[in-house]
Amino acid sequence: MAVSDRSASHLGEAVGLSDEQLIEMYRLVALTRALDERMWVLNRAGRIPFVISGQGHEGAQVAITWPLRKQHDWVAPFYRSIATCLTFGMSPRDILTAQYATANDPSSGGRQMPGHYGSREHNLVSVSSPVATQLLHAIGIALAAKVRGTDQVAMTFMGEGSSNQGDVHEGLNFAAIHKLPFVFVVENNGYAISVPSAKELAVEDVASRAGGYGMPGLVVDGSDVLECYRVATEAVDRARSGGGPTLIEAKVTRLTAHSSDDQQTKYRSEEELASEKARDPLPRFRAQLVDAGILTDHVEQRLGADIKAVVDDATQYAESQPDPDPSTAMRWVYAEEWPSEAPPPWGFGTAGGHAEEH
Amino acid sequence: MPAKTFIEAIREGMADEMRHDGSIIVLGEDVGKKGGVFLATDGLWAEFGDDRVIDTPLTESQIIGTSIGAAINGLRPVAEIQFADFIHPAFNQLVSEAARLRYRSNNGYSCPMVVRAPYGGGVHGALYHSQSVEAFFTHVPGLKVVIPSTPYDAKGLLRSSIRDDDPVLFFEHKKMYRSVRGEVPDGEYAVPLGRAAVTRAGTQLTVIGYGLMAHYALEAAERVADDGISAEVIDLRTLRPLDKESVLDSVRKTGKCLVVYEDNRFGGYGAEVAAIVAEEAFDYLDGPVTRMAGPDVPGVLQPRPRGLVHDQPGEDRRRDPD
Ligand SMILES: Cc1ncc(C[n+]2csc(CCOP(=O)(O)OP(=O)(O)O)c2C)c(N)n1
Ligand SMILES: [Mg+2]
Repeated sequence: MAVSDRSASHLGEAVGLSDEQLIEMYRLVALTRALDERMWVLNRAGRIPFVISGQGHEGAQVAITWPLRKQHDWVAPFYRSIATCLTFGMSPRDILTAQYATANDPSSGGRQMPGHYGSREHNLVSVSSPVATQLLHAIGIALAAKVRGTDQVAMTFMGEGSSNQGDVHEGLNFAAIHKLPFVFVVENNGYAISVPSAKELAVEDVASRAGGYGMPGLVVDGSDVLECYRVATEAVDRARSGGGPTLIEAKVTRLTAHSSDDQQTKYRSEEELASEKARDPLPRFRAQLVDAGILTDHVEQRLGADIKAVVDDATQYAESQPDPDPSTAMRWVYAEEWPSEAPPPWGFGTAGGHAEEH
Repeated sequence: MPAKTFIEAIREGMADEMRHDGSIIVLGEDVGKKGGVFLATDGLWAEFGDDRVIDTPLTESQIIGTSIGAAINGLRPVAEIQFADFIHPAFNQLVSEAARLRYRSNNGYSCPMVVRAPYGGGVHGALYHSQSVEAFFTHVPGLKVVIPSTPYDAKGLLRSSIRDDDPVLFFEHKKMYRSVRGEVPDGEYAVPLGRAAVTRAGTQLTVIGYGLMAHYALEAAERVADDGISAEVIDLRTLRPLDKESVLDSVRKTGKCLVVYEDNRFGGYGAEVAAIVAEEAFDYLDGPVTRMAGPDVPGVLQPRPRGLVHDQPGEDRRRDPD
């Protein structure tokens, strides 16, 4: 490819991204939306039992995950983190096999409910159901990064409702005391299922709590993809260079019900739902890129066709994969292999990490 | 072989392993300069420094949750919960997270960590410094639970626990820290998890215990020997995985079984042992499996001539003349 093709537009230059990178960011936002919409179709068609959506959160997720180094840094995601998982290396096939709970689903081998993503290969910590527990895992990962001197950054994501959990208080305090390479991202969509944020938080912004823990807290418009990217880059750089943790609160909108089992018109008015559409990050980002001359008709057509093909492929793939073998349900409660030292059952474990490097 | 106290063996076990494996860290409340409220980690901070011996804030869920994350990213944390009574704020992290990480990721992730905590009564701890909490955790698939009763086993089992690739809860009876002494070899040795020890051979009755009760069971067996009763004593050492075969072999031989535990009787760990014996050795029993356990009240009671009373500071001074 000619060098001139890679040159950054004014928009790209302003944020330090090439046009190609901007298009890739846009592709991830649009791909996540298409994949998410496909999940609802599959749910309504009776093919998958449950959907918990990221619609409205995708722009913030892609942009904030973007500055991390893949397969080096770490992410502890939550159930809405589809765009984060795709940005950090999981594929649409990986996501849909988790929805179908197939034997080869990389998140859990079909053991967990849909929406509980994870990948050892991509340093994405396995999601569990009790909210906010993952924050402490990310902080422990950051502690290990500091102790081992690995230059890694750990990031975690959750909703504003979950941010009220005690684990968050305990963890942020610890992360700030030790200036750990850690970034806490709150995706504030204004609701915890049906409870509006006025009944979850006595303060307007979760980020205003950050000062009490001794770390910067930043509020960012989650539908402004490039602003999210700017803020996240700063936070990741600070974490990596020893400056300690940051709390980023992205104000997003939840475009769907809480999940496929929720009926949100019971607690959200038609007017509210209609006006919230204006906060959708996808058309906003698209308009920005079109205006900047980056997203041409040609590029958009190519992306659209590509996304459709990828989502169709993932659907067909997941549909055709076998269910887990019931005889494997009892496996992996404990380690089954002891690669080194004496091998009695419940004996030494791997004794891993007795490495010369230490 | 030099004789050491129970707590010296534990301290040595940690220090030896930390010298051997740079990925081991110790974290908990007061574990640094002070060396722990019982001095189990005394000297570790001086030898291994701030990075590997970490005084945490007073936040038990954080201690466990952070350990899980550190284990995910290549360390082998040995966390101390200052008293087993205060492990409950970390229950969710232990039960929902540490125990399930391997299973829920289909063996993608593991969680090699040890949680040490002093438990048990007899040191004037009343309701909140005396509890036995093992049954909450032996119930949970994915956790291993170890309760040693001798200095030799404490060091050897701690080594195996640290080297194990799954989360291990390691409960230490605090009354034994300084009152129990025993031979501990200097070199490297390990006691495998999941193996009980027959600590006294006998023919007429099997008495099963662990922790401090393993000592009391031995004492009682000696006493009834004078009355011509031959009791076999089993020290379980690891509660989960349970060494079922050693238990069943003994009961099939003796035909009678008494399970002793310090925890509240109802739903205690010994109830599971009793159920297994009843189910799997029924044909060999010539009497009902029996439990001897703590009464079903919060805390630990001590026998006094005027009856059972709470084990409190000052109780000795107030005690009735025997
Ligand atoms: C400890 C715990 N309590 C309750 C739930 C049930 N629950 C799941 S999601 C949720 C709401 C979370 O709201 P928020 O953190 O704002 O995230 P959002 O779903 O809005 O993205 C609740 C109550 C849970 N999963 N875990
Ligand atoms: Mg919310």
